[in-house]
Amino acid sequence: MLLGPALGVSAALFTLGVFGVLLRRNAIVIFMCVELMLNAVNLTFVALAQRLGVAGQIFVFFVMAVAAAEAAVGLAIILAIFRHRGTVDLQNINLLKG
Amino acid sequence: MSGTLVLFWAFAGLALASALGCITRRSPVASALWLVVTLFALAALFVLLDAQFIAVLQLLVYAGAIMVLFLFVIMLLNLGHPGPMDVKGPVGVGTAFLLGGVLLFQLWILRQAAPPASIQLPPGSVARLQQEQGLVGAIAQPLFDTYLIPFEITSLLLLAALVGAVVLAKRRL
Repeated sequence: MLLGPALGVSAALFTLGVFGVLLRRNAIVIFMCVELMLNAVNLTFVALAQRLGVAGQIFVFFVMAVAAAEAAVGLAIILAIFRHRGTVDLQNINLLKG
Repeated sequence: MSGTLVLFWAFAGLALASALGCITRRSPVASALWLVVTLFALAALFVLLDAQFIAVLQLLVYAGAIMVLFLFVIMLLNLGHPGPMDVKGPVGVGTAFLLGGVLLFQLWILRQAAPPASIQLPPGSVARLQQEQGLVGAIAQPLFDTYLIPFEITSLLLLAALVGAVVLAKRRL
């Protein structure tokens, strides 16, 4: 069955998303990497749903709803930051830095 | 190797390669388009894993709606051209590789952990359920039965996100 390979691919995808978040400075690219991580987790849910029943697929449904809400609010925040500071480079957004 | 396995690894390779493209391209537009390729490949993997309805949702909601939102914001902020230097300095890169390596190691060990046989369904039972109730029915029946309250709470979440996005994006209230 495909459970083992799917979990491996999901682990690799999640790690790539973490790499993107840790390496990049552009807020929008970081946001896309978060979406990548959510998708890796969705792959885990779907792979395990094949063995443990369709509840896993229903969970993917909820994850997608949360991702849509998160994208809408996050992009609105990025838009507000851009209007305020004129950049989305996270290096320049250091108001809380000591 | 069976045909399913060949298809699985082909689409898995496509997903991983395009995810790599997504995190390495300097232009945000190129990153977004590589992410769309990843989402398409993942939808194909979902079909291979007996989740056809989720695959369609993935295409409609992720590749259709969410990525259009991303591209729209990139175009709106005029970020299409790559910035001067988008990657963190050597300390950041070192930290990223350390943390990412540890995470990959942990996840790679977890990969071998299968759920205990006592709670596993017999092989092919999800496919059989989908044949009896239909692809949508197999998901819709428990969604509107067992998971009705979480489903209703999702509507509240989406309402809150809608209001929040409007308030945040407005120039002044």
